[in-house]
Parts: sequence; structure tokens; C-alpha cells
Amino acid sequence: MYKLDNVTKSYQTGRHKVGALRGVSLTITDGEWLAIQGPTGHGKTTLLQMLGALDRPTSGSVQFNGQNLAELRETEVGKIRAKSFGFVFQTFNLIPTLSAQENVEAALVPLGVRAVERRARATAALTDVGLADRLRHLPTQLSGGQQQRVAIARALVKEPSVLLADEPTGNLDEDTRDDIIGLLERLWQGRGLTLVLVTHDSPIARRAERIAVMRDGKLSIKQDTRPASRASAAVPQDSVPADLSASED
Amino acid sequence: MFITYLLRELRRRARQAILIALGLALGVGLVITVTAASSGVKNAQAQVLHSLYGVGTDITVTQAPAAGTGRFGGFGFGFGGNGGTGTRPKAGTKIDQNRVTTGQYGPVGSSSVTTISKLKNVAGASGALALTDIRISLTIGNFNGGIGGSGGSGGAPSGRGNFKPPVTFSVSGVDLSTGALGPLASAKLATGRTFTTSDTTSNVAVVDSNYAKQNKIKVGSIVQIGNSAGKSTNFTVVGVVSTPSGTGSDFYIPLARAQALSDQKNKVNTVYVAAQNATHISTVSKQIKTLMPKATVTTASSLASEVTGSLASASSLANSLGKWLAIAVLVAAFALAALLTMSAVSRRVREFGTLKALGWRSKRIVGQVMGEALTIGVIGGIVGVGLGYLGALLVGHFAPPLSAAVGQTTGSATPGGGRVFRPGGFGGTGGGGGGFRPPGSGGFGRLASNPTVTVHLSAPVTISIIGAAVLLAIIGGLIAGGFGSWRAASLRPAAALAKVA
Repeated sequence: MYKLDNVTKSYQTGRHKVGALRGVSLTITDGEWLAIQGPTGHGKTTLLQMLGALDRPTSGSVQFNGQNLAELRETEVGKIRAKSFGFVFQTFNLIPTLSAQENVEAALVPLGVRAVERRARATAALTDVGLADRLRHLPTQLSGGQQQRVAIARALVKEPSVLLADEPTGNLDEDTRDDIIGLLERLWQGRGLTLVLVTHDSPIARRAERIAVMRDGKLSIKQDTRPASRASAAVPQDSVPADLSASED
Repeated sequence: MFITYLLRELRRRARQAILIALGLALGVGLVITVTAASSGVKNAQAQVLHSLYGVGTDITVTQAPAAGTGRFGGFGFGFGGNGGTGTRPKAGTKIDQNRVTTGQYGPVGSSSVTTISKLKNVAGASGALALTDIRISLTIGNFNGGIGGSGGSGGAPSGRGNFKPPVTFSVSGVDLSTGALGPLASAKLATGRTFTTSDTTSNVAVVDSNYAKQNKIKVGSIVQIGNSAGKSTNFTVVGVVSTPSGTGSDFYIPLARAQALSDQKNKVNTVYVAAQNATHISTVSKQIKTLMPKATVTTASSLASEVTGSLASASSLANSLGKWLAIAVLVAAFALAALLTMSAVSRRVREFGTLKALGWRSKRIVGQVMGEALTIGVIGGIVGVGLGYLGALLVGHFAPPLSAAVGQTTGSATPGGGRVFRPGGFGGTGGGGGGFRPPGSGGFGRLASNPTVTVHLSAPVTISIIGAAVLLAIIGGLIAGGFGSWRAASLRPAAALAKVA
């Protein structure tokens, strides 16, 4: 599914050039759950943005299903984002003026889905995450956990192949956090999604099949419990001893 | 989704949206009011020019009198010679002088009219003779000093004589063969009849309705008009006419009679010219200028620039202050709308970043921002039309009546003669003692001109003004939306999302 090859990303902040990613190579297989851990400011979110085609690398390639996202035109990238990637953010990022249902519908707008179908699919998605009775509520009328459920419904309503979640439980209390992770796990298992989850939380990360750690813009694999079938489908880099192959430059 | 999202967003920042819409409405309202007032002033000017000028007349040609002529200096009363050394008449002597003069305009030969009418692009030309009649009646009393003191130092005659104030009125000699053009062209018949070609040599007169009312003259009345020798001739009034603003002459008589009375055979002093169409007016006036270098050629536009009085003030107020005020408010409203829209977009960076992450194309996001700005623009436009309409109504309601006069500063004459006469004082300023003439060096005509017209200012709001104003508001919305959209479109989703993190 994904093959990242020596990806770098640097930002100019004033007179300083900051390297957020310093030569990351990584392969992610279909249906895998990858957790990315690491201290704040070490490139986790940047890596997730590369995977979601929200940003372009300074160098290197990000292959998704054989296409290099770094070289595609913005409209092409937009189409892939609309169809294949679901995003869940730490701050939920719901549109404040739209109801839960309309927020979920917004994900179907770029796919050209008709209004009636949009509404039906949004309702189904919200029912899936346990919010069937909150369709018309505005984000401000929902709790943090409910808002994140709306965000998850929005990410999944278009049936993407990849779900990219950036600290989805970062703003939630412990009980809600478990709820949300349980929900994500259930959806991952039930739908055969590829789930990439950035988290600070080690207990959550341990529930993933594989844990990668970002430190100083470099990535290393800390744990790999993938079934043999998926692990062997990976490209040579990942087939090298599971510990630390992926990131070295 | 587009409409829902748009309306919800406008509701969310209702206060800001109202502020932008009100700003645009104010600008648009001012534009409408000022434009309406300005076109009202233009209408008023047209009304003034129309009444001063006559229907169908595009150009008038007059000529300043030659030096030493054209003055109204002939009231000698048979006494009071140079320097006031004449013999004093006996007490009780009655004096009645009724004299016409060509006033401020120098006579030109009637042949000039024919020549002008044959010029290229000229539809017609008509000559007229504008005369001023002054009648003085008095009985000499036992007085000292008196009329014609030495060196013009005499004031009003004193003593026990019986002196009536002089009666003045204006008389236009009308060429009956060119009825559609000339001093009577803008007049409407109230009672009686107008001239026919058989009146050419008859002592018949048409009187202005205002003058007739003031002096109780009716159809059939006999009026006395003087001649160059001071003798009266009886004329029968055959008709009463009204001019648009009462600025025509007091009396109209056949041209040939006017020429005979004023001893100006085959002479006219105003030529009314109609061009074939409006585009030819300037070419025709140039041709006439070449033909008659000494003549003053007046067109409607040159006359408009000479209109003075409160109408001119209103005109400059509407055209300068009003225009700039409206432009300033409009620019401020546009700037306000653009800034507020941009700031609103800046506050929605995360929102737009999220939408881009969901796969929304920049075009769709731009459309959303533009839609919002346009909606505000249209609302501003509609409210602005209301405000503008109200403003125009207030202008029409509260504006005082405006007066206008055509100035004499440039020396150009007012066609059609004057109506507002100020009685001249006694005693000359020059040394021609014994003479009775008004003060001033320009001859009597200078006094007798400056017709003043009072018009009521209205501020008409037309569909085209409304259309243009709404268009302005939409442009304002587009400008604001354009800035906001440019800001929104230039966002990279990652940067937009990172901004909040």
C-alpha cells in the first residue's frame, strides 16, 4: 500500500532550517495497524501528513498504491484524499456551523454523492459510532468524545482504505479514550482498514500490530506483531530484522 | 450543502456580516442619493436653460454694442444739456418720455441671419430684436438741483415736482416667418392668439402672462410702446403667453414693427440658430464665430457654465462634494468589506484546512467564500437602494427652491432678454449731466439682464441608477470575496491544520 523512500521534509523558520523528517523509509501493508510514537516535535504529525498527502516531502518519494503522491498535481492528490484517506484529528476539527450529520456529509461532497444518498450514508455512519440520536446537534452541543465519534464517522463514511488518526484521544478523558480506541479497533477489524495512529500513549500503541518511533525526524520500528502473511508481503526493507530497519538514512 | 453552509456561516458571524452589509449599503445609498441629486440639478439646469433659451434653439448669436452706442442715454427732456447748464423748465411742465433701446446687444444686419441659415448643418436661423422700453412721466415742480445736476452728481430729483418711478419692460421683435424658432419658441399660448404672417406690419402685441397679471393686461388691451424718439405707439394685445419659468420678454411684437420703433431697419440683435442635430452644435458655432468674429456665440453648454446662484452652488455641491463623499464612503466600505472578509477567512484556517483534508478542492472553498461575500454584497445593495431612495426623497423634500441666473461676467448675452429689472438710479456716473440713465458703464442692458429663475430641486431615482448601485454593491462583495478567496485558496492543508496544533 505505502512505500516511503528516503523522505525528508524541512521547514524554514526564520533563518533556521528545521528538518522534520530526515530520510524516512517505511513500508505499510494493506490492513495493517501501525502506531507511531515519539516525543512532541520529532516529526510524527509531519509523517502522518505525508501519508495523507496533506503536504509534500522536500525530497524522497511517497508511493501510495504505486503512485508517487509527491509528484501528483494538487487536483489528483485532492481526489485521492477524498476517496482513499480518512482523517481523525486531536482537536476533532468539525465545522462549527454544521450539524453532526452535515459534518459527516461534508466528506461525501467532493465525491459528488447526491444529497439524499449523502444524508442516508451520514446517518448510517453516525449510527455505527453510536450517535444515531445526535444527528442534528451542532458540535458545540456535543461532548468531546461525541465530537470525536462524529469525526470518526466523517472519516469512515466514504469507506476509505486508510484511516489516519493524529492523537485522536489526546483531548479526551480516560474512559472516553478507551471508548474511542475500542471503536477504532472495532472498525479496523471489521472493515479491513489500514490504520495509522499517532499517539503518545504507550498502552494504546501496544494494541497496534506494529509500533514505529519517531525521534529527531528519524523512524525506527519498535514492535512488529503482524501476522506472517502481511509481514512477508512487505518490501525488502521491512523484511530486514524487524527492529530498526525502516528508518535509517 | 453550499446554501446550508453559506447561511449558517453568515448567521455565525452575523454581526460582522451586518457591519459589512451596512458599510456597503451606506456607500451605495450615498451613490444613489448623490447621483439622483446630481441628475435633479441637471434637470433643473436644463429647465433653466430651456426657459432662458427657448425650445429648439441650440445656439444664439449676439454682438456687443460698438463703443459709445447702445447706451441708454437719451433722456434729455429737452433741457439739462451738458453739465447741467440748461434752462430750467417751468414748474408744472409735464414730461412724458417713452423710449426703446436695443439695450446690451449691438445690432447686426438681417442678412447675417440669412447667411447663418445657409451654413452647413444649420437647420434654421431666426433673427429677433430685443428692446428695452423705459417710460418716464413727471411734472416739473419748484425744485433745486434736480435732474441733471452738474457732472452727474445729482441724486434723485428733489423738490415738489410730481415724479413717478420709471416704468420699464422688455419687448422682443419676433420674426413671424420662422415661428418655430426665436424668442417665442418656448412660450405657450394662454389666451388669445399668437402672431400670423398677416401681422407683420400691424401694431399687435403678445404679452407674457406674468406681466399681464401684474399689470392687469388682457387680450384686447391697448398698450403703449415707445420709439427711439420717445413717442408712444398704441399696440393691441392679441394674445397672452406663458414661458416655462417666466423668463421671456414682457411683450412680443412683429419684428418689422420693432425695427421701425427702434430705428433699426433691417437690423436684429439676437440670432437664434438650430443645428441639424446636437452633434453639430460645436461645428456650427465655430462656423458662426469665423463668419462673425465680433459676435458672442452662446450654446447651451456654454450657457450652463454661466448659470450662477444657488442652483450653481447645488450643482457644484452635488458634483464635487457629493461625488467625492460617495466615492470615499464606497472605497471605505469596499476596504472594510475586504479586510473583514480576509480576517474572517484567517479565523477559519483550520476549517478550510479540514475541508481540504476531506478532499474539497480549492475551487469549492473559494466558491463558498465568494458566495458568502456576494450574499452580503447583495443584501448591502438592497438596503443601500432603500437608503438611497430615502436620501433622494429627503433631498427632494428638504431642498430649498433653487434660484439661477445667467451671469454677465463673460459678456455673453442671455437670449430672450431679461425679465428682472432693477430700476436704475438717478444721476449719471459719467459727466453727461442732465441725462437720465442708469448707472454702470455697460449701458442699460447690463441692468436689464440677469434673468433669475427659481426651480424646485427633485432627485429622481431611476432604474438605471438602482441597477448601477446594486452592481456596485456586488462588485464590493466580489472584491471582498476575491481577497478572502485568495487567502483561502493559498492555504496548504497541512499548514492550515498545523496552525491550530
